[in-house]
Amino acid sequence: MQPGLTIGYVPQVETVDWYFPVTVEEVIVMTRTNSKWWPRITPAERIEVREVLEKLGIADVANRHIRELSGGQQQRVFLARAMFRQPDILIMDEPTAGVDVRTRHEVLHLLADLHADGLTILLTTHDLNGLAAHLPRLVCFNKTVLADGTPREVLTSAVLEATYGAPMEVLEHGGMPIVIDHGRVAMRGEGK
Amino acid sequence: MLAFDIFEPYGFQFFRNGLVVATIAGALCGLLGVFVILRGMSYIGHGLSHAVFGGAAASAVMKINYFLGAGIWGIISGLLIARVARRRVIGADAAIGVVTTASFALGLALMNRYGQASKSIEAVLFGSVLGVKVVDIYAVALVALVGLAVVVLGYRKLLFSTFDRDVAQVSNVRVSLVEAVLLGMISLTILVTMRVIGTLLISALLVIPAASARMTTNSFSRLLWISPVIGAVTCFIGMNLSYHLDTSASATIILLDALVFVVVYAIAGTRNRAKMASLGHL
Repeated sequence: MQPGLTIGYVPQVETVDWYFPVTVEEVIVMTRTNSKWWPRITPAERIEVREVLEKLGIADVANRHIRELSGGQQQRVFLARAMFRQPDILIMDEPTAGVDVRTRHEVLHLLADLHADGLTILLTTHDLNGLAAHLPRLVCFNKTVLADGTPREVLTSAVLEATYGAPMEVLEHGGMPIVIDHGRVAMRGEGK
Repeated sequence: MLAFDIFEPYGFQFFRNGLVVATIAGALCGLLGVFVILRGMSYIGHGLSHAVFGGAAASAVMKINYFLGAGIWGIISGLLIARVARRRVIGADAAIGVVTTASFALGLALMNRYGQASKSIEAVLFGSVLGVKVVDIYAVALVALVGLAVVVLGYRKLLFSTFDRDVAQVSNVRVSLVEAVLLGMISLTILVTMRVIGTLLISALLVIPAASARMTTNSFSRLLWISPVIGAVTCFIGMNLSYHLDTSASATIILLDALVFVVVYAIAGTRNRAKMASLGHL
């Protein structure tokens, strides 16, 4: 990566300490560490925070404590914090891990919008059907790069088996690849 | 009933000095305590104060300046803890346990073997308002000012790296530097307050006021002034009480802080239950 590139990093929601005493506004502004000597949030910063929150559709939560938010709002707050840095590249760690189905949809649409606006987004995921299949470009890693391309090109039995070390089948539905995890099916079968 | 003169202790120079040092120490520990409780460092504060006791004993025995001897000792203990904690199989808490109890034991052994200095060593352990010197007041005031400056100037970096260490790191915050400064401030605080309020009270002051304050607010900035206020007020009142009740200053202040904690805990619990009950109607 080029030096001097500004990174906007979004951690997994599961790793965040939701009991930490901070408001949404405090979370977003804390990334601007090269502020003046007095740490108060300036009126200009407050306006900037509103703008970012508005863009992500959560304009009214600025003064709420982070634990009072819904799952989708929580994910957006951390996205807002990354966006506040005006990043050259957005890096997300498992954006759909530990979030409910509705939040996953919200996140997907939001990322599509940001991407359409010209932002580069790099994310890691194990969520093959929920997230990976919807992305424009996938790279499969297991110690080394195993495949690189669109979901249709990458999500094949051979590549997935090499990636996960377990047999997987890929079906197609409505033009989208759907991955079936044989291990999970077998286990469910035994359970019955 | 006896005539009770609330201002009687103020006639004594030693009491006035002790009161000033204890009150500033309460505010300072309350301020740093916010980071201690949010970072899960309470055991470090507890451990370091015990480790520095070893250094205090050693410097008394070797007749070197207390601040120098105990200071160097504290730094070495801190580095040792960091070093031992790097072994993942041991973990930071066990590393602290090993280094600080060994240091404390060494202090005790030195005290037994070369016991003539035992009086000032006991003062280190339990604190002594009688022994407050003017240099103690200056030292505590100076460290308190530095502590305030660190928190104000480094506010966002401190908050960011406390809340979200990994992300702070990739966002160009020098997290290790922030942590070193914080640990350095805690060590300095222990160093300058130990002779007056003692090892035991320092451990308590670094945790209880901040823990009480945490239950009253969900805002980080508010926490940063509520906690020092609780620390300072309890130290101030506790010092006065200890004179009139003829109890140890450290013990009185700790009990007062514990009382504040219990009251806040009860009130916060009731409030939360009320909140839950109102949610139940939805």
